[in-house]
Amino acid sequence: MTNMPDKRAAEATTDADQPPIPPRKEKAPLRARVENLNFYYADGFQALRNVSMPILDRQVTALIGPSGCGKSTLLRCYNRMHDLYPGNRYEGSVILEPEGENLIGPDADPVLVRLRIGMVFQKPNPFPKSIYENVAAGLRVRGVRNRALIDEAVETALRRAAIWDEVKDRLDGSAYDMSGGQQQRLCIARALAPNPEILLLDEPTSALDPIATAKVEDLVQELSKDVTVVIVTHNMQQAARISNRTAFMHIGQLMEFDETSKIFTNPSHPRTEAYITGRYG
Amino acid sequence: MAFTSSGNLSSAEMSTRDAIGAVNRAKRIDKIFAVGGILVMVIAMGLLFALIGDLVVRGLGRIDYDFLTSFPSRRAERAGILSAWVGSILVMLTTAFLAIPVGVAAGLYLEEYARKGWLSNIIEINVSNLAGVPSIIYGLLALGLFVYGLDLGKTILVAGMTLGLLILPIVIVSTREAVRAIPRVIKEGAYGLGADQWQVMWHYIIPAARPGILTGAIVGLSRAIGETAPIITIGALTFIAFLPPAPVSGDFPFINFDWLTDGFTVLPIQMFNWISRPQADFHVNAAATGVVLMALTLSLNGIAIWIRYRLRREHHN
Repeated sequence: MTNMPDKRAAEATTDADQPPIPPRKEKAPLRARVENLNFYYADGFQALRNVSMPILDRQVTALIGPSGCGKSTLLRCYNRMHDLYPGNRYEGSVILEPEGENLIGPDADPVLVRLRIGMVFQKPNPFPKSIYENVAAGLRVRGVRNRALIDEAVETALRRAAIWDEVKDRLDGSAYDMSGGQQQRLCIARALAPNPEILLLDEPTSALDPIATAKVEDLVQELSKDVTVVIVTHNMQQAARISNRTAFMHIGQLMEFDETSKIFTNPSHPRTEAYITGRYG
Repeated sequence: MAFTSSGNLSSAEMSTRDAIGAVNRAKRIDKIFAVGGILVMVIAMGLLFALIGDLVVRGLGRIDYDFLTSFPSRRAERAGILSAWVGSILVMLTTAFLAIPVGVAAGLYLEEYARKGWLSNIIEINVSNLAGVPSIIYGLLALGLFVYGLDLGKTILVAGMTLGLLILPIVIVSTREAVRAIPRVIKEGAYGLGADQWQVMWHYIIPAARPGILTGAIVGLSRAIGETAPIITIGALTFIAFLPPAPVSGDFPFINFDWLTDGFTVLPIQMFNWISRPQADFHVNAAATGVVLMALTLSLNGIAIWIRYRLRREHHN
């Protein structure tokens, strides 16, 4: 990762005039696309300005940018988290593919949207329940009663979140007895258990130590084989390590969206270049 | 003045000297405040313990099996508090069954469902104000509305309704505070899983808020159990030589509610009644009743503390 800026310098002149959203041919099919999205908080502050970007199926898309750039705000549009607080307003569309359904349209039910799109938060937030009940929570919300089904889903989710071996002997123990890193992987398992169509991660490692961070990063890469992941991170190295696509945002606008290797070696926008080389942000 | 040099002291030395002076002043103020605080506390606690001690010294010897199982009597040495403590407990049961569900539901509604606006602000201010309304006002309301207006009589039901109204604001306010204290990340986590509002409330908010809600409810009840003024206002009897029909019986349907419509007396009224008699022997009875009443109140508070401690450990270890 550390030699990225040099590579970028070598290729800097090749295509500096590219538009912010290059009309590339995408290899992976589309899973969702944001179109002309504007978002206003209840106090009238416009946090997103005309954002348009695709989310590709079974890839990791990273949202990076300086504090206050709107990356978390954008992430929370995908699962209508903003609807929990009155007065917030969306304009534009967030289309889930291949159905072509507008998640922020007037007919979309926020609860239904959240049933389809899972989320992991910045700070590990297990429920004050047992490890088993934490992972089963998503199924219980969906009205699943069959004990055998839940047992199986819990084990599968914990295995996918690479934490099964650590907790299999204490599934009935409190989730609060786990370390921060384990709690965050438990939260990932909790989000995975109901098989979401997209998994949103909001700075999932910002409260974790380097070892726990590395585990979560490995996990995200492993997951992207069969889940579409959107991750917000303030850690550029993390974005470079684990994502396929990167979106760079600045004061509510999407400055650049491209393949991660391109963003980090040959950004087309001078602001992106300034940010990833650490000259601002 | 700290930053100008004078004489042969450098400005740094001057600053240091000023700093030492400031620290010494601050320490002096701390000491004065601490001494004052201890003094006030000793006086307040001393008075309280003197009162309790006096009550216990005078009354404790009078409490025996007969005292707890006898009805009031014209003769002080034969008199007991059976009808009073049974009445207190039945009134408390009624109060709890009426005030706790309504208060908790109102608190949850105001905090989770009600749209925030001028109306909810007015309701919020009013609920807080209601908690400070003198209890005799509730008594007058109950006398006019329940006893005469609805013609419910001077019954246990009316007493329960009156005290229920009285503690409703306490239950509502403590429910709202307990709900507000739940970390936002827990609620967002539940919503993020796709839970709807009812599921979040039922499975996440209520369990997490339970210690606070229960504490508020019990604090409310322990206030209600000592209330005298509204009970006198609605016309509780002061001399009762019978018990209401038992709520639970051996015959079908095992539970009856006839006791709700019976006359009653409660511990504070029995105490008030005895204290206003001229004979000194009755004053001993009053002190003994006070000890029983206080034991009930303190054990209610003790239960509240225990519940809070237990549930908190369950949730946060």
